[in-house]
Amino acid sequence: MRSAVLDPGGTTTPPLARRIAALLLLALTSITLLLVATPARAQGPVASATAACVADAATGCIVGTLRTAAGEPVVGAVLDVVGPAGDLTATSDATGRWSVAVTEAGEYEVTLDVATIPAGETLRDPANNPRTVAVALGASQAALFPLGAPAGGGGGGDTGDEPSDSPTTDAEGGAAVPETPGSTGSGVTAARVAQLTVNGLVFGTLLALASVGLSLIYGTTGLSNFAHGEQVSLGGILAYVGTQLVGLPLIPSAIIAVALGAATGWLQDAGLWKPLRRRGVGMIQQMIVTIGLSMAISYVFQFFFGAGPLRIVTDTPTSVSIGPVRITTTTLWSLAIAAIVLGGVAFFLLGTRAGRATRAVADNPALAAASGISVNGMIRIVWTLGAGLAALGGVLIGLYFGATSWYSGGALLLLMFAAVTLGGLGAAFGALAGSIVIGLVVELSSLWIPTDMRYASALVILILVLLVRPQGILGRATRVG
Amino acid sequence: MDWTRILTNVAGEFFAPTTAAYALAAIGLNIHFGLTGLLNMGQAGFMLLGAYGFAIATIAGWPLWAAVLIAIAAATIFALILGIPTLKLRGDYLAIVTIAAAEIVRLVGRSTALTELTGASSGLRGNQYKDTFQDASPFDDGTWALGPFEYAVNASNSWWIRIVGWVVVALACLLVWLLIRSPWGRVLKGIREDEDAVRSLGKNVYSYKMQALVLGGVIGSLAGILYVLPRAVQPDSMGRSMTFFIWTILLLGGAATVFGPVLGSIIFWAVLAIVKLTLRDVVPTTILRSEQIEQFGWIIVGVALMVLIIFRPQGILGDKKELAINAH
Amino acid sequence: MPTEPSPAATDARAAVAAALRDVPHVPGAPKPDPVLIADDVRRMFGGVNAVDVDHVEVQRGAITALIGPNGAGKTTFFNLLTGFDKPNSGKWTFDGRSLGGVAAARVARAGMVRTFQLTKALNRMTVMENMRLGATAQPGENLFAALVPAVWRPREKAITEQAEELLARFKLDTKRDDFAGSLSGGQRKLLEMARALMAKPQMIMLDEPMAGVNPALTQSLLGHIQALRDDGMTVLFVEHDMHMVRHISDWVIVMTEGRIVAEGPPESVMNNPAVIDAYLGAHHDTDLGDDALLDDAVLEQLRTEDEEAR
Repeated sequence: MRSAVLDPGGTTTPPLARRIAALLLLALTSITLLLVATPARAQGPVASATAACVADAATGCIVGTLRTAAGEPVVGAVLDVVGPAGDLTATSDATGRWSVAVTEAGEYEVTLDVATIPAGETLRDPANNPRTVAVALGASQAALFPLGAPAGGGGGGDTGDEPSDSPTTDAEGGAAVPETPGSTGSGVTAARVAQLTVNGLVFGTLLALASVGLSLIYGTTGLSNFAHGEQVSLGGILAYVGTQLVGLPLIPSAIIAVALGAATGWLQDAGLWKPLRRRGVGMIQQMIVTIGLSMAISYVFQFFFGAGPLRIVTDTPTSVSIGPVRITTTTLWSLAIAAIVLGGVAFFLLGTRAGRATRAVADNPALAAASGISVNGMIRIVWTLGAGLAALGGVLIGLYFGATSWYSGGALLLLMFAAVTLGGLGAAFGALAGSIVIGLVVELSSLWIPTDMRYASALVILILVLLVRPQGILGRATRVG
Repeated sequence: MDWTRILTNVAGEFFAPTTAAYALAAIGLNIHFGLTGLLNMGQAGFMLLGAYGFAIATIAGWPLWAAVLIAIAAATIFALILGIPTLKLRGDYLAIVTIAAAEIVRLVGRSTALTELTGASSGLRGNQYKDTFQDASPFDDGTWALGPFEYAVNASNSWWIRIVGWVVVALACLLVWLLIRSPWGRVLKGIREDEDAVRSLGKNVYSYKMQALVLGGVIGSLAGILYVLPRAVQPDSMGRSMTFFIWTILLLGGAATVFGPVLGSIIFWAVLAIVKLTLRDVVPTTILRSEQIEQFGWIIVGVALMVLIIFRPQGILGDKKELAINAH
Repeated sequence: MPTEPSPAATDARAAVAAALRDVPHVPGAPKPDPVLIADDVRRMFGGVNAVDVDHVEVQRGAITALIGPNGAGKTTFFNLLTGFDKPNSGKWTFDGRSLGGVAAARVARAGMVRTFQLTKALNRMTVMENMRLGATAQPGENLFAALVPAVWRPREKAITEQAEELLARFKLDTKRDDFAGSLSGGQRKLLEMARALMAKPQMIMLDEPMAGVNPALTQSLLGHIQALRDDGMTVLFVEHDMHMVRHISDWVIVMTEGRIVAEGPPESVMNNPAVIDAYLGAHHDTDLGDDALLDDAVLEQLRTEDEEAR
């Protein structure tokens, strides 16, 4: 018997497919429930990322506004506040404003995370970061961090050091990882758990758009595509180009972004991957090609659009409150779109001939080819679909976080891998379930660990899953040897 | 255009501490990938751990040798943690786990929760930890000039660090040279080719892969120390891109060769310097801002990596008949 | 395809035949001097029992053939016995040592060395390097000893001599410094067998040694296998070609659907109606090769896929 064939990865078998369809249904139902629950209109527009702090008898505020040297508001900069009330985090909103509510008076040390301010911007006085402010309850205390050329010479830097020749514009830090609503504050409260759970579901669903494509590509070709993050960034950036540079309304420019994103998938397969497959370039070599591609594309983005955040829409979104949970209407719409699209993908894979052919190719390319399926045609469809989904994910994630950037997809790449691995490499529905788990883990972990470490928690999960169940939560054990 | 200045600067890159650090990191990666076929996508994580281990131990008042041992121990433990779950799995799992683990090191290192230890995202300044290294120098302070190259003897970006750096690189090359020719190296080569075959011959493949992972990781951690000695420990400058540069260097010079990583590093940094310096001189800043020149350099690196792996996976020094790019 | 056995072979064969004369021709029959005894070995794949062996014994010093139709679980059973796959249940002993659940490398060190159906010659290493890798007790395979050539050079010299002898025996001595990848399919099979012998195993397990080998080389392969028995080694091999099996094996074990359905000397097994029924099924008139049932093009594709997969 021909047992020495390595199964290309946990692929869906009929019973598994049913199990996953049920899971998918569950996910869709929960999203729909979220949507139909009569939303109570919130009191007017709310400043996007952080709910503004209002000082009262039990609350003191630390506030500030960040502007670039040119006077533009700095969006998405992260500030850490440490003091008697604990370790808090704030993110600057669309107008550059940020605020932190504290419940105890005293001295607080405020640190501006310089990795989160736009590249090229520097603190006018680096010695003043972190700075300490005294806060009284019932009052607001400003903590300002002026940006611009350093005043005077020197600036207290380590003058003995050779200037770093590493990519200084490389804002791999938290730049593209702005806070999501409600993730500030600390302590485990029911309201916070509810808010973070919803955030996690939203984030997971949007992440799924990106990971499903990654998983499909892996499933049909065996390629771990490290450049998939750039497909996500591409979607966001194209939407930004549409709305901000061309001046189109959001919806048409999002549609164009997704169409162009899908087209790049088609072109990539036609121009790069198919020729490589024909040349017989090995999988590992192809994987390294994706790494080079990822590097090249991300710096092309940075070359043309800079390292700062790019806002797809500039008006502040409206939020609604559902019980203790606050969510913007844009996010609700995004969720609806994501749910419909993911449902469409599920229908495509399970209910159409082409979709079944795709899964057949993932299962056993030789057998699929022998039974008359055009393997290359299916791979082309998967690349196009995967890139289109990634672009949609990029647009929606950009809207959700308030801005996109050259690195917004790159920052999510490992979370996508975590989701895909969790769901079983190559199993498209596994990627969906895995994404939602990762979304929840990322958001809920900030209940216990510092917010800036929450992405690490998802990666720890990834490693743990490989330790105990390498085939993923939904993958099946494969024969090896 | 001032060619003399450009050429001098480029020649300076040939033996710069950064070039040595990257060569050393690539030698470590060569033990993983070139010799054994392990896809370590987190070499920067080993470097960052080594840098943290060394800097934090030194700041805590430990002597030079102890701080270096801490860096080595950190890399060893890291390799064991990564290897135990993944070395029995397919190769691409190791790639994903190592890249994720390196990211975890960086995210934890830059977290504000550890500000006292790691300095969070602003990192640790060089002045805090470089004294023990500089004090170990047998030379008197001052500056030496060798032709157009004039550097301080001991302080910061010094001759002393160049001497130590290249001696360590030479020793690592000697180590690899000895190992490639030994029966140990033969087993690794067999594993790179087909680990089941080697297993069927009674070799403990898992143990060999672990040894290679630890050894290459330890060399990576030494490279990390070397990298941060003339600058600061900046977690965000030691992320994914750094790993990818090391890969480009290794594939450029030639995986599975002794001198490939060194040659690759020299060519990599020299070519980047030529491109950047020339662009800076030729193109007015109104067309290309200085950060765009940087970015242009990295675009070239990305494209070079793609072209290399497709058309010349054996690199400059490698032999295509001998190098198989397989995963385990 | 008549082979003319040498007198020594005839003696050894006769001795084994005598030893096995009184063994009943039933599945799981006890042997007078078993080297390998397996009990209740099961392996499930997705709810299907790929291997379901209640009891089997392999006679020491004999050539035992494991035959059965495609999908019978022969290779899976091989993988289990050699530690390349883990059973859902079962235990087995080799030369009195329990080897159930033992890792592949330790199985090999215990004296049971295998080859593979799809040859695993290390293509980018030379023939000599392949051979040296097969040797045991080379101190230079330790990381630290490797750094001091004086420690491992003497052993390396002995290994090289042993390898040269084996290569000469397998007529590969002229290929000594060629890359293994440049050899023909049959030569690679020979190399893999020779490499396995470097470890001086007690028992050698050959997975379809004749697959993909041209007829001329088949003759010499058969001769080599018989010579192994004449040297006192135990041989267990998987095969689907009845003709080969008849010529060289002392004992035949028939597997189908994961179970052992018959045992006996080749002549009697071939005539066992249960075997003909189970083994041939509806394909009385086709060749007994696994591959005969598959279309050539599909087969070729599967092969390339296999190659790519590794």
